[in-house]
Amino acid sequence: MTLRRSLRRSLALVGLTAALFAPMVSAGPAFAACGSAEPRGTNDLGIVIERAAGRVKVVENTANATLATVDGLGDLSHASAVISRDGRYAFVFGRDGGLTKVDLLERCIENRVMQAGNSIGGAISEDGRLVAVANYEPGGVKVFDAGTLDLVADIPAIYGPDGARSKVVGLEDAPGNRFAFSLYDGGEIWLADLSDPKNPQVRKYPNIGKQPYDALVSPDGRFYIAGLFGEDGLAVLDLWDPDAGVKRVMDGYGRGEQPLPVFKMPHLEGWGFAGNLVFLPAIGRHEVLVVDSTTWTETARIPVAGQPVFVVARPDGRQVWVNFAVPDYDKLQVIDVPARKVTATLTPGKGVLHLEFTPRGERVWVSVRDTDRVKVYSTGTLAEVGEIAADKPSGIFFTARAGRIGF
Amino acid sequence: MRRGALLLAALPLLAAAGDPAPVRQAELDYMLRQDCGSCHGMTMKGGLGAPLLPEFLQAKAPDALAEVVLDGIPGTPMPPWRGLLTADEARWMIDRLRRGLDQ
Repeated sequence: MTLRRSLRRSLALVGLTAALFAPMVSAGPAFAACGSAEPRGTNDLGIVIERAAGRVKVVENTANATLATVDGLGDLSHASAVISRDGRYAFVFGRDGGLTKVDLLERCIENRVMQAGNSIGGAISEDGRLVAVANYEPGGVKVFDAGTLDLVADIPAIYGPDGARSKVVGLEDAPGNRFAFSLYDGGEIWLADLSDPKNPQVRKYPNIGKQPYDALVSPDGRFYIAGLFGEDGLAVLDLWDPDAGVKRVMDGYGRGEQPLPVFKMPHLEGWGFAGNLVFLPAIGRHEVLVVDSTTWTETARIPVAGQPVFVVARPDGRQVWVNFAVPDYDKLQVIDVPARKVTATLTPGKGVLHLEFTPRGERVWVSVRDTDRVKVYSTGTLAEVGEIAADKPSGIFFTARAGRIGF
Repeated sequence: MRRGALLLAALPLLAAAGDPAPVRQAELDYMLRQDCGSCHGMTMKGGLGAPLLPEFLQAKAPDALAEVVLDGIPGTPMPPWRGLLTADEARWMIDRLRRGLDQ
């Protein structure tokens, strides 16, 4: 590799374009069809999942453009991705258990493994060396070498006296090369230390509540917060003080009232934080909950248009954008954080599945499934400023995630 | 033989008076893949929700399955779809799943 790099550098020095010679010096044998990469940065790149087609689009958020389509990723219903620490690769977690490493520069699949029968998501370690995947079937977490996708560790999610295996949800990276995750069936939080990747040290917290459905790590890496589907409340683990155990907060936020049907499970991730406030989707209530993370008490409830699915703060924390479950999934609402209320309602089209802010938040990309479009809005004017064609787009993942804890 | 039996079983349903109109059938078919698929997998292999492939449904009574769609399963994330679907529509979707979405 060093030889190749220096060869490429010297070629560039004598004024020849890298593109002319790159086919000679790149493209490993297994994926010889990969093209060659022009020198460029990656911090404005990303992928859009085309979930029904098993493809991803490689996109660029400076020009609101599609750069390439990469095919052959399997069943991407409910697919998510993490980004390598150098911002070059996206690791895509498919529903069918596929883990695919997509090269955003060469715009091709660098490697792909089928690692389970049914998966839900994953995380990348703080040192960038390990990619962990949360599996429904067989329930547990598998950890892979980010370079080779070789299996490094297998952590079956066995709980209870009968040794049953639980579906795993809410897998997040945490400081100290740790991963935290929740057992949906088991009602437990596990904290796995992979400082020595071949010997994961797992600490288990049982009885954290019924049916944790997803989780997030706060942007400072301090708190792991699991949302509960089976009861009203959240389970919080202070990663600075894991001996203190899991604390229950917001217990009974909807108790005594008839819950509304939840036609799509909400999602959590560190994006709900705006300063010390965390904005969370209520379950079975058409509200966004505002919790003060210094005291873990509720500070507000904001009525919204439907069952919230993604509640995402603009990176500066001034706005929070919300999308909704069917039948209100044609809408997006914008919450003004200082005012604690909805100040705008947009109607991008039916099937608003996901949204992703540009790294500094001046624009937001919105997947609109039923119109086969990704719409780009200015977050300042709320005007539509761009559009990309995509087949049944769902998740959007920009490379800026690489530098954030819990993404 | 099996295919023939399935076709025969399907024919009366296609002609049933309670069947949704063709435009609505297309919507329901889309809903099965895209919305039910969010939890049950777009290929119906299962996810947070149970698999909905024909081999998992054929031993169960269609009317009971349609009731699950309409009323949900308390204590699980399966919601009651009654506000969004009629009884005939739920039954049509169950029959669709029992045949297999690709049939």
